[in-house]
Amino acid sequence: MTAITEPRTGTNAVEIDSISKVFGRGRGAVTAVDGMSIHVGTGEFLSIVGASGCGKSTLLSLVAGLEEPTTGSVDVGDHRVAMMFQEAALFPWLTVGANIEVPMKVNRVPAAERRRRVTELLDLVRLTGFERKRPHELSGGMRQRVALARALAQDADVLLMDEPFGALDAMTRDILHDELERIWQEKSLTVMFVTHNVREAVRLGDRVVLLSSRPGRVIEEFTVHGERPRRIDSVPIAEQAAAITDRLREEVSRHA
Amino acid sequence: MPETDVRDRQVQGLDALELQPQRGVDERGAGEIARGVWAATWPKLAAVVIVLAAWQAVVWSGWRTEFVFPGPDRVLPTLFNEVTSPEFWTAVQVTMRRAFVGFALALAVGVVVGLAVSQFKPLRTAIGSLITGLQTMPSIVWFPFAMLLYGISESAIMFVIILGAAPSIAGGLTSGIDYVSPSLLRAGKVMGLRGVQRYTLLVIPAALPMFVTGLKQGWAFAWRSLMAGELLVIINQQNSIGWALSQARQLNDAERLLSYIIIVLVIGIMIDVFFSWADRSLRRRWGITQ
Repeated sequence: MTAITEPRTGTNAVEIDSISKVFGRGRGAVTAVDGMSIHVGTGEFLSIVGASGCGKSTLLSLVAGLEEPTTGSVDVGDHRVAMMFQEAALFPWLTVGANIEVPMKVNRVPAAERRRRVTELLDLVRLTGFERKRPHELSGGMRQRVALARALAQDADVLLMDEPFGALDAMTRDILHDELERIWQEKSLTVMFVTHNVREAVRLGDRVVLLSSRPGRVIEEFTVHGERPRRIDSVPIAEQAAAITDRLREEVSRHA
Repeated sequence: MPETDVRDRQVQGLDALELQPQRGVDERGAGEIARGVWAATWPKLAAVVIVLAAWQAVVWSGWRTEFVFPGPDRVLPTLFNEVTSPEFWTAVQVTMRRAFVGFALALAVGVVVGLAVSQFKPLRTAIGSLITGLQTMPSIVWFPFAMLLYGISESAIMFVIILGAAPSIAGGLTSGIDYVSPSLLRAGKVMGLRGVQRYTLLVIPAALPMFVTGLKQGWAFAWRSLMAGELLVIINQQNSIGWALSQARQLNDAERLLSYIIIVLVIGIMIDVFFSWADRSLRRRWGITQ
């Protein structure tokens, strides 16, 4: 069993050291995360997979600072952290452009600069010209790209993604994998990507961390081999995914 | 083609396919526009005709003498006379001024109370159900007390309007804030929205549709309270719609009485049309209805 997962080289953007999170007290208490240690290198794409109840979402909430760990520590240094969810959670009363401006308003970016960055970010996610549309006029995949643009508008270099493509159809998801890979490289982001989908994890990640369920612990870590840009349907990806899936099934059957 | 162009075309192609296709719209000539307007208007005209016919039928049945229950043939000319007289417009002006001032005060009180209740748990437990209770109270029961407090004055009327309308407005605001989608709140938290900005950029706009519903209901209560007030609290013979109604009753002037009832109905409908329009355009912007 791996005690701590380390990136290959370089400095760390995120250092999670033996964190635990317990919800509730006394007999009804539930341990969601139990002694996880994960280090994520600067510029690394880390995928995190596990079955239900592995505390994936809790883990990201802890890194984002939405919740405090019961024990252990999360250190993101000077890095700014943004987060994306399965639902785009765009503000329906604002246009696409105004949605992307929200985090910049929080950071007190001047109006002219905001306008300029909105155009730039929309170009980046290939939504040039959609600035004045409203979220309900877009498809699910387009909304997730707006959400990505909004996350990047926070000036974050660490991106936490909680099953961001879970609600999309397979074709849209494939294309968004390509897009995310490109943007991750262009912007030198550090990504922690949580998913149920082992293939997706292997397709995107430099490393894949496998979690156990109830309580969530790190079981094993895999380094993914394969030149980028990758394809989800290539043989090496499928083979590596199969090995991880076997390990995951083993873990799941433990709960029978 | 270079790699990036290929990707770009794939993404754009997928977007184009996934977007709702534009519904085919035919070019419309003047004739068709006129037909459209007619299609929207005739049911309303028909409703007016049906009401007038039924009214006339009751009159012809001889249920009451025409002296107390005149038909449209006698009321409509009176109505026209009233509408063209300057006294009528002063009466409407006085009444509408009271309505708007009263509603504005109720709005201020409702917003403050609504915000306070949505913010402080103990306050909610303490007065949350009281607000709901107040909404169900017929506001006319407050008038004797209001007249005791303020005498025969406009303040008495304002007091009752506020008690009638503010609970609905506060209630609309509180439930609007309560039902802000948790995923939006979470997104706001992740973006670092807090303090005043959390309200101006997230909570208030998100609560707006329910708040407008509360306003609409609040207006209905304010209007009812005002009419009751003008009938009960007659200030120095000051001309107003309520005063005109009670004058007409004292003089046994049934035509005038019915004319003013029609006017109260028409004003109510006009304000309602305004609120419905606000509600609809808000919903369209949000994409709640197409």
